[in-house]
Amino acid sequence: MSDQVMGQNRPAMPGLWLPVYTLAHRELTRFFRQRTRIVGALGQPIIFWVLFGAGLQGSFRGPAEMSYQEYFFPGVAAMILMFTAIYSTISIIEDRREGFLQGVLVAPVPRISLVLGKVIGGTILAVLQAMVFLLVGPALSWVGLAPELHTGLTWHNAVATVGFLTLVGFSLTSLGYLIAWPMDSTHGFHAIMSIFLMPMWLLSGSFFPPGESGWLSWVIRLNPLTYGVAGLRRIMSSNPAAVESLPDWWICLTVTILAATCYVSIAVWMTGRRSAHNAR
Amino acid sequence: MVQNVIPQQQADEGAAVVIRDVVHTYGSRTALDGVGFTVASGEIFGLLGPNGGGKTTLFRLMATLLPIQSGTVQLLGFDAARDPSTVRSQIGVTFQSPSVDGKLTVQENLRHQAHLYGLWGAAATLRISELLDQLGLAERARQRVDELSGGLKRRVEIAKSLLHAPQLLLLDEPSTGLDPGARHDLWNYLNRLRDERQVTILVTTHLMDEAEHCDRLGILDRGKLVALGTPDSLRCSVGGDCLTVRSAAPEALAARITEKFGLVPRLIAQDLRIEHSAGHELLRDLVAAFPDEISAVSLSKPTLEDVFIAQTGHHFWDVAKEER
Repeated sequence: MSDQVMGQNRPAMPGLWLPVYTLAHRELTRFFRQRTRIVGALGQPIIFWVLFGAGLQGSFRGPAEMSYQEYFFPGVAAMILMFTAIYSTISIIEDRREGFLQGVLVAPVPRISLVLGKVIGGTILAVLQAMVFLLVGPALSWVGLAPELHTGLTWHNAVATVGFLTLVGFSLTSLGYLIAWPMDSTHGFHAIMSIFLMPMWLLSGSFFPPGESGWLSWVIRLNPLTYGVAGLRRIMSSNPAAVESLPDWWICLTVTILAATCYVSIAVWMTGRRSAHNAR
Repeated sequence: MVQNVIPQQQADEGAAVVIRDVVHTYGSRTALDGVGFTVASGEIFGLLGPNGGGKTTLFRLMATLLPIQSGTVQLLGFDAARDPSTVRSQIGVTFQSPSVDGKLTVQENLRHQAHLYGLWGAAATLRISELLDQLGLAERARQRVDELSGGLKRRVEIAKSLLHAPQLLLLDEPSTGLDPGARHDLWNYLNRLRDERQVTILVTTHLMDEAEHCDRLGILDRGKLVALGTPDSLRCSVGGDCLTVRSAAPEALAARITEKFGLVPRLIAQDLRIEHSAGHELLRDLVAAFPDEISAVSLSKPTLEDVFIAQTGHHFWDVAKEER
């Protein structure tokens, strides 16, 4: 049957970016209306940083004589990215339960727009919070909660730092998306967080430096997040001796981009399937 | 009211919805078993059935949420299996569970929805304010959806589904959770949409009184379409009056009624049911013939529930209980 028979024309399709913009915008609006999320995603890593920094200060022997707090600093930025990514993608489960998601799925929106909208929204939130930490962290030394430290963050590397944080944030939020998509309850997500995401962060060189040998060093080498954290250290460090044992900068960048591409592709494939789960 | 005397082929040509031989299974369970019907353009069509009858599955197939396993689903001339994206752009969908975001205001919800359908800037603003006015939501525009009553939320839901001016509106159990006043308003609005804008409307419902509002009905039971027609024609199909007879020993009484009157009563739950063209006379004769066996008897004009019972041999609610 032709369109004329129905007396109408094909309406304009929304394209790729308008839905991305609107879904990302919604993520931000919802986030700033739920204050407790800000406290959860930013507060816990700062507490970790202060307490572990104080507790492990005496026993830590890191590269180039750096203090534990200095070593841990980029690791906490990665932790904030991960926590925010997790919190923002848990909202997929809530959206499904509350019905919002089915409204998006029946709209003529390319499935990649749905994925990118959610992931870019989460990434913006993650990077904003990580930046708050990078600025607030050093200030804690002024009030005695942390020793004086050289974070390595300067005006010269600020843009590169934000750029790389965005890439790592995008990758982690995409990973969160593809974990959250098949789930019906947030309980399942918390289980995955404990047995998979937290170890992924712990074994990324964020918390302690990778050793030279043994199974642990292999796990760390195979973990894509290792290259995200190493890349961040390479950008921020002003002391070449402190980062000489880390993977090369180009390897860090390539692995992080490949991981993000891989996660997003799987997420788009999952979202595009018409299945009984997606119809709920 | 649109009458149900359209020949099949002619109906297919001008139809807003064409469903043909649709079969859908979940593992070994068959949810839809060869369902087929058409909905004419500008019609209000109701899919009536108990929970678990298959109407939600059919709704999800039409809304392009489930894959078409077998058969044809065509909406406004576009095939839901081959061209889901065009179907999505053409139809408006209102779900039973709200798809509005409670944390956002009415206006924000509508703005996001407009963007999802390719409407933005001044055109979106104009269309949103039109719909806010039409649905009496203008004063609530800046209020968060969580703060609204069930009836108002449903109005926001409907406004969302109408933003892109679809010619076909699908509504899943639209009256659920609404008080009688809000139901009345909802149906007034749906009738106006059909009359003034020639929007074709398809609703699924398990409520008999809601089904009465439809021009035509399809009754779904256990995955099959058991009846199709206008509410009036369906009621007429039952024939005359309905007598419901209650007895302590219904089976024995049924045998005696057959013996004496040549009628075959149906045992539905614990009651005997007889359809008869002159119910009042039969009632008098029955009571005179079996004064001790009959503990209660009622006479009524057939309802849609009687149609359901006549077609399926069981009560409307029995299916829902079995499904649980």
